[in-house]
Amino acid sequence: MAVSTNLEGQKVWMVRDRDAQLKRWLIYFVSVAVVVYCWMIISDATTWFFVFDAPRIAADIGGRAMPPKWSYINELWEPLWDTINIATIGTVLSLIIAVPVAFMAARNTTPHQVFCRGPALLLIVSSRSINSLIWALLLVAIIGPGIFAGTIAIALRSIGFCAKLLYEAIEEIDEKQVEAITATGASRWQVMAYAIVPQIMPSFAGITVFRWDINIRESTVLGLVGAGGLGLQMSSSLNVLAWPQVSLIIFVIFIAVIISEMVSAKVRSAII
Amino acid sequence: MLHLNKLTKQYATGDKALTSVELEIPKGQVVALIGPSGAGKSTLIRCINRLVEPTSGTVTLNGKELTKLGSGALRQARRRMGMIFQEYALVERLTVMENVLSGRLGYVGFWRSFLRKYPQSDVDEAFRLLERVGLDHMADKRADELSGGQRQRVGIARALIQDPELLLVDEPTASLDPKTSRQIMRLICELCAERDLAAIINIHDVALAQMFVQRVIGLRFGEVVYDGPPDQLTPETLTEIYGEEDWEATIDKIDEEEDEAEQGAVA
Repeated sequence: MAVSTNLEGQKVWMVRDRDAQLKRWLIYFVSVAVVVYCWMIISDATTWFFVFDAPRIAADIGGRAMPPKWSYINELWEPLWDTINIATIGTVLSLIIAVPVAFMAARNTTPHQVFCRGPALLLIVSSRSINSLIWALLLVAIIGPGIFAGTIAIALRSIGFCAKLLYEAIEEIDEKQVEAITATGASRWQVMAYAIVPQIMPSFAGITVFRWDINIRESTVLGLVGAGGLGLQMSSSLNVLAWPQVSLIIFVIFIAVIISEMVSAKVRSAII
Repeated sequence: MLHLNKLTKQYATGDKALTSVELEIPKGQVVALIGPSGAGKSTLIRCINRLVEPTSGTVTLNGKELTKLGSGALRQARRRMGMIFQEYALVERLTVMENVLSGRLGYVGFWRSFLRKYPQSDVDEAFRLLERVGLDHMADKRADELSGGQRQRVGIARALIQDPELLLVDEPTASLDPKTSRQIMRLICELCAERDLAAIINIHDVALAQMFVQRVIGLRFGEVVYDGPPDQLTPETLTEIYGEEDWEATIDKIDEEEDEAEQGAVA
């Protein structure tokens, strides 16, 4: 295709021949044109006055938020503890469901391709397609405001995430080890415990701490809709325009996320 | 002891891997299965313990028809067939001891195996076998820390702790260097002699096969085209198995390599 002969009879090689090259340029041209056109629409729909004004407003709020109101920290310890609990218990609850779902969803371990794999994949997709904040909104309406609603919201959202990553890990295992254990006369459950579980252990640990890490961040927001944790303080402070309190809460969230990041990195390196 | 009758395997893709293979292997005989890639060697040994389901034909081990067994009876039958693999197929993240003991999985219940509470007799046997293959000091190492030759020794111990009557060996030396290959082949053949085990060894290295086994079977396009003693493999028969090539060197090589090995030992 990309090999041709020139006038001197010499063989010439190019990555793409002329038609393919022209097609590529055409695609690039159309893409750029679309981007420019969209930019025009956005620009027309924007009130530029507010945008140019933004730095001044930001500086104004920033100025009022500084320094953070350090004494407010005493009212934050409890919601912070709640936030961590929501994330941790939510992650554990989600794993209890996600692990069996992952085994049912993985092509190589599912008991039945249609009747087990289908529902498992559906469960994963439906859990993943709804954000924790929306789960929390629904659950606050159903079971009332508080930590419990937040925990369940986190758990429901995490099932899909954990199960999806875990079933992908299960599908990527080395089948030869499974074959070898099967050949010893091991039962289905023994094959799972000896040939599959050891292979997915590192991914399992990685997925768990990664999701826990995300959940710490998500649970700080859940309070905004009344599902417990730091977000509750955040929304009440925002409502009364208590900027020094808001800045302290953001600072606390920042520290909590850094610590959770450090913990998950430690756990991952310890297990792998 | 092992009898294959008209064994045929056709994959779902339509490829015919085995065509009506007839084979009789007596107790204690070590057989090398040679043939080009894609000739059906791996399929043949996997059809015996039904890791691959044969399309038609029967496999009979000690009068028991394996091809008819239900899943529970098949698991019992698999206990008596040890399998050794090309790239060792050890569970990489488990220790050497766990890998060896996994050969007992067919004999112990789920919770005992899950909690690693094997009967003391199994543990004793595992230590004995590890000593026999020269790895008794490695019991607590993780399998992925071992070298290729060491891993294959663990694979051999895992197959033998099953207390098998038959060994199914799939390219045991394909990922090993020439010296280790010989040591592994020698070990397998010695152990078969010690325990009066029959074995089917898939192998690419014709010269290596000729050094160690009593009988060679040549497979081409899923059919047996040679069945006889190793010293009767002639350039003509090798051509029939593999296709046209200069075979003189392959056959002569055995003696030369022997000499080189001896010289090497002296030096």
